[in-house]
Amino acid sequence: MDQSVDNAVSNMPEEIAIPRVNGELVFESPWEARVFGLAVALHEQGAFEWKIFSQSLTDEIASAEKEGESSSYYERWLRALHHVTTGQDLLATREIVDRTKEVQDQADHEHDDHGHDHPHHHHE
Amino acid sequence: MANEDPAILTKALESLLVEKGLVTSGRIDEIVKSYEEDIGPMRGAQVVAKAWVDPEYKARLLVDGRSAIAEFGFTDPHGAELVVTENTDDVHNMVVCTLCSCYPWAVLGLPPAWYKSFAYRSRAVSEPRTVLKEFGLELPESTEVRVLDSNSDIRYMVLPKRPAGTDGMSEEELAGIVTRDSMIGVGEAVCP
Repeated sequence: MDQSVDNAVSNMPEEIAIPRVNGELVFESPWEARVFGLAVALHEQGAFEWKIFSQSLTDEIASAEKEGESSSYYERWLRALHHVTTGQDLLATREIVDRTKEVQDQADHEHDDHGHDHPHHHHE
Repeated sequence: MANEDPAILTKALESLLVEKGLVTSGRIDEIVKSYEEDIGPMRGAQVVAKAWVDPEYKARLLVDGRSAIAEFGFTDPHGAELVVTENTDDVHNMVVCTLCSCYPWAVLGLPPAWYKSFAYRSRAVSEPRTVLKEFGLELPESTEVRVLDSNSDIRYMVLPKRPAGTDGMSEEELAGIVTRDSMIGVGEAVCP
């Protein structure tokens, strides 16, 4: 099961007052940690200069703020990383779309498998 | 892309990149763990404490921050410069990254949510003294407030003023009174 931590703070809209949370978590949920580590590891392995990623993140933040989007910091980070992986030709857009669908289907399937008290049919 | 569950897309990206041999999941695990558990403001606090007790170290730190923190084995994963600026009675330095979230990971770990917020990023530049007041820090008018805008090439760390009444403290005890906020420049180190 997904271990996401529900945390209203991460979804708080930007306010004029500076939001401050005592004892804030480093990451609000496992995927945030994962996308962070992924970007850093890729850079470490020489896939791209950090400046490239940093610029992409800056662009995502700027466009999200301009559009008044309530996306979180790491959602923007993820978009930036997606952009860099295709922009730097590390991955093709098509394969990301395909793999995303596979992962989604797998997640849906696993979800459906829980909590049933009657048998259902698998089609392999 | 806008409607996708971020956890799903993240998993898809990781699995593809691992398959292509561009990263390993194990290394991602290590990186996450290190930033969750090991790399944090205690590192910066050690640097500050040493600078307070050792004038030659302080001099090295102010000239070449990156080399000076490397003496502790602390290195920035992006190869960015680290500039350490000293707070005095005359000048109070405050750090921000107006465009994204550039931050001296090597000595402070990952930035807090407020540092990355639109509110801080814009107001630190437009009304720094008001922002400092909200953090509980009110400076005399005679103290100049300087706002340093970080970027991917240069990260900043503040060397806070050593508080009065700390003469008898050991380096370790001194590290214990250095707060993260004082190294960002939105607070001061306080004698307990």
